[in-house]
This record gives sequence, structure tokens and C-alpha cells, in this order.
Amino acid sequence: MSQEKLEIGSTYALPKAEFDNLLARLKEKGFETLGAKVDHETLVYEPISALADLPQGYISEQKAGEFRLKKTHHKRYFDYIPGAHSWKQFLFPSRQELFTLHKNGDGWNTELPDVEQPKYAFIGVRGCELSAIQIQDGIFMREDFTDPTYAKRRQNLFILAVNCLHPAETCFCTSLKTGPKVSPGFDISLTELEDVFLLEIGSEIGRLVLQGLPLEASSAFLLQAAQKGLERAEKKIQRELDTSDLPDLMTKNLDHNHWQEIAERCLSCGNCTQVCPTCFCWDTVDTSDLLGKETKRERVWDSCFNPSYSYYAGGNTRPTISTRYRQWLTHKLGTWKEQYGTLGCVGCGRCIVWCPAGIDLTEEIPLFREEKS
Amino acid sequence: MTTFIKPSAVHEAQPMAPHWADVVEIVHEAEGISTYWLKFQDKNLAETYSFLPGQFNMVYIPGYGEAAISISSDAEDRTRIGHTIRFVGNVTRAVSRLKVGDAVGIRGPFGTPWPMVELEGHDITIAAGGIGLAPLRPAIYHIMNHRERYGKVHILYGARTPNDMLYPEEYALWKENDIHVATTVDRADDTWKGSVGVVPMLFYRYRMDAPKSAVLTCGPEIMIRFVIFEGLARRVPADHIYVSLERNMKCGQGSCGHCQLGPYFICKDGPVFRFDQLEDFFNVEEF
Repeated sequence: MSQEKLEIGSTYALPKAEFDNLLARLKEKGFETLGAKVDHETLVYEPISALADLPQGYISEQKAGEFRLKKTHHKRYFDYIPGAHSWKQFLFPSRQELFTLHKNGDGWNTELPDVEQPKYAFIGVRGCELSAIQIQDGIFMREDFTDPTYAKRRQNLFILAVNCLHPAETCFCTSLKTGPKVSPGFDISLTELEDVFLLEIGSEIGRLVLQGLPLEASSAFLLQAAQKGLERAEKKIQRELDTSDLPDLMTKNLDHNHWQEIAERCLSCGNCTQVCPTCFCWDTVDTSDLLGKETKRERVWDSCFNPSYSYYAGGNTRPTISTRYRQWLTHKLGTWKEQYGTLGCVGCGRCIVWCPAGIDLTEEIPLFREEKS
Repeated sequence: MTTFIKPSAVHEAQPMAPHWADVVEIVHEAEGISTYWLKFQDKNLAETYSFLPGQFNMVYIPGYGEAAISISSDAEDRTRIGHTIRFVGNVTRAVSRLKVGDAVGIRGPFGTPWPMVELEGHDITIAAGGIGLAPLRPAIYHIMNHRERYGKVHILYGARTPNDMLYPEEYALWKENDIHVATTVDRADDTWKGSVGVVPMLFYRYRMDAPKSAVLTCGPEIMIRFVIFEGLARRVPADHIYVSLERNMKCGQGSCGHCQLGPYFICKDGPVFRFDQLEDFFNVEEF
């Protein structure tokens, strides 16, 4: 089998013990492999070098405002549902140097940072997360504005996606049609069965990485097991977001009294925007030395919940929590569509889980369908 | 308005990095407002940089940051660029400390222009309040440079006090070019012999031929609101009323998210909008 030519679009079985060789292959090709790790009782995306780094045997119970890692009796590696981390921090870093200036007489010399960008391999990208990356592609790689860091890292990126077989209670990818099965756009997609990983090849680089590994042809039995697993996962997802009347529901209800009702619970902390894998707002920050001879300009994540976000010479456009929450949600589920052709939500549920007030957009949205008072 | 023209002063490798321009002259305009005349250090850029009336630059002071400042000079004067700046925030207060010979960072030009070509053959009313005259001045220059292309032109301008009026020495030139100029102030002083009151009031001074008229306006949002009302009340079509809006802007290229108004990024889809584009959002408070 290992001598045969693998084909894009085909699915093969890899014994779990061989997975480290797959990671080694990626390293040989210059990729830094990143995946989920247990850290301080939560899950983070960090460099991984072996299958053993993954949260084997863990599931993550998620509710509105609650995340709990739980050890189970099984031995599977990809049963977890990700934590607050999303992949966006690697393609669109939360803090990143734009340039540094050096004083030169009356003027300044501009020094651009090293253009060499890391080559990442994301291990375990879920369907919702892959959709989020594709949404951010449209934001940072537009015809009229391309972010050089994002574009370079994205071009270099290797995506090993995972079909979700054990969704959390907060997941609603089925409503946004982003999961639990991953859609095209991956280099390899993985389905975890008891003894093997089923790997579907999605690209030429994915094929090259697998070429030569001890793969087995996937049997009808294994394919059926994967299919069954996905069907079970889909059934397990009970949470729903009716998107049929979006984006109009948002843009036609700017004066709805429910904004104020949400604002009474919302702390305007911005957690939802930081954990959201599609939120892209950023600010700029200058740091100068005391002599005024050097200034570093950085790009940092911003949030529409920051009071300073809409502050300008004419005052603050959105001085209240209700107007900031309205901006966030009407953008996500409303005006985003006109800007980028899709909604800004992928149904990952992070904003629900990591909201300290437990605000759940899937529960709030139906209330906008009720009469305004 | 949708075709994308690559801005002259934006680096390919890092669109956030500035081009450098020297301050060649500073003109005091009013209390807390000066015009900074700039020239790009890069000779090639100084010759090739071009903008359209209504567009803006991101003006950068190292250590302080950038501010979106509309260009207030004649687009056909390719020797230098003028920015009339009110010292009101962190960055603009740093601008106020600049001297001739100092360098500032410039990126741009960004945003949509006043539709000067589409409006040929029209009567034009320019209604501005305070510093809102600055982004309209290039439109006035354009009209004067091509006066025969436009019908009757009225400039309605208001400021807080007579001392706050911008470009007063130019009004005579405007009048010489067959432009009607009406001014008003919120608070008069002993020297003021003109009208006292708000800009929308100046619409009552003349008759508009509404179907062939257009209104261009910029100023405080409350003034803009009433200027639009006066225009609509005279049956100027909503798609002939153009508004230049201001919001917090960081990137100027529709990426950072700050200047959003509904589906629009004001820095990219604006700052100049046709009023019919804005109708759904303009009267929603704090949106």
C-alpha cells in the first residue's frame, strides 16, 4: 500500500501508532505542528510534537458561561471540543509588530520586521474552525487590501482537519452548515475510530505528506463506522440558530427593546470577541523609548465592546453597553453578510461558553422575533 | 464609486507603514485650527501622488498614532498637499507642536470622493459647518477650475463665532467665480454684521431648482441631519444629496473594523455617501 500512489479525494486508514510519523513528516517539510493541549484545566492550542501531547481521553463539557475538562475511560485523542483558543491567534496574532521607526535628524527611518513568516500545520481543525479561517481569508486577503502577515502565514498553512464525533452542548454548527463534518479546504481530514485514524486527502501537499506512510485502504466497514459516528454527532447537536430570516432580523430591529434587556446582563468585557474565531477588529499601539528616538508600532486585537472603540473627535458613537452589544450581534448575524457574503458566525459556541454572564445568542435571537414593546 | 484605485502613498509590503512628508508651511486658520502644507520626501511620490476631492489621508505622528484627516487643498495643485487640522485629540494635539521642516507620516489617499464628474451640469449647494468646510474645499477648487461645467453654486457655511470661520480670505475669490456665499455664526461678536443661526436656515435664502440640484454636506452630524431635511423638503432627490461622515478610523482600508456604520466601512465605502445609501441607518441613535 505504501508504495502505491495516493489519490486526492481518497480515504485511507492510518494506525494510531503511526500518527507521530505523520507529525514528523510535517516537521521535515518545515511545518511547526500545533494542536490542543491540556493546560491549567483548559485546552490551549500550542506546539505539539507527538500524539501523546493531545488531550487523550478528555472531553470538555461546555455550557453557557461554563467549561469543564473531564477525563473519561476511553482512549481517544480528538473527543474534546476546543476551548477559548481558536486558530486565529496564529494567522492574525493578538499582538504583532507593524514596523519600528528610528529617529534620523528631523525625520524617521522605517524598519519593517523580518518578513520570514512561520509555516504552521494546524492539527485538529474542526469544521466550524475551518469555516472561520475561510471567513477571515475574505477579510484579510481582499483584492483591495491584503494583510501581508496573514496572507503569508495562510499561504504557508497546512490544515489537518478533524470530523467532530462528540460535539458539546454549546455547538450549533449544523445551523450554520459548517460541521460536524469538515467541508473542503483541508489538506487532510481525519476521523478518529477505535484503532485507526481515517484520513481523507484534500490537497497535493496533503498527499505528499502521507505518501510512504503505512496506510491501509479504508474498508467499507471503517467508512461506515465513520459515517455512523458523524450521523450520531449530528443528532447530538440540539442547539439551533434559525438563520432563515437573517440578516434582516438584525438590521430591521435596531430599535428593539431587547437590546436593552441583554445590556442589563452584558458586562461589555469583550470575551466573546476575543474567543470568536471570525472577529477581526484591530487597533494600533505605539510604544516609544523615553528619548523619543525609537517607536514601535504594533497591531493588537480590539473589540467593539471597548468604550474607546468608537471614540473620535465627535465623541463616542456607542457610549452604552446596549449599543455596543447591538453593534456586535448585528454585525455578526446581519451586516457581515453584505460585507463578506456570509454570516460572521460559524456555530462554534465559544461566545456562549466564555461569556461570564452566560449570554447565549441562540437564546437571544428568537426574542427579536417577538413584538417590540 | 466601486472601482478600486490603488492609493498612491501606500506601501505594498506593509500597508500600515507611512510615507514621509515634510511640513513646508503652517497657516493659522482659527483658534485651534491650522493648515499644514506637506511635501513628500520621496521625489517620485511627490510627483505622482494624486487624490480626488473629498478623500483623506492617515496622518501619523510617531509615538502618538494616526488620525484620518481630509485633504483640503486643490487636487490639481500637484506641488503640495494641504490638511486643515483642528487640535482636538491625542494625535492632532501632537500635530499642533509640529514646526516647518518636521516630518509626518502619510498614508493615502483613502475613501470615496465627492462625485464631481457625475454632478456636471447640476446646480450645487455646498453646506458646511465648522471644520466640515475642509473636506469640501477641494470640491470648491474643482468647481472654480471648471466653472463652466456646473450650474448655480451656493456655499452655505456656518461656524461657532466669526473668529472660527475657515478660509475667510478666500470668500471673495469664490464670489468672483460666480459662487454665492452665505455665512452664519452661532454666536456673533461686535464686528459681525452677518447672520446668526444655524446652517440649514441658509437654505431659506434662495430658490432651488430641485430636480437639477445636488447638495454636498459635511459638519457636525446634527447639522448634516437638518441639511438633509432641508434638501429633501425642497425635493432634492435622496440620491443627489451627498454626505461626508466621520468615525474613528485606524487603517483607512476597511480592515480594522472601527469605522463601521451598518454594512459600511466609512473609510472605504465612504466618507462620502449618497444619502439614499444611508437612509436605513442615519437616524438610528448611537449606531
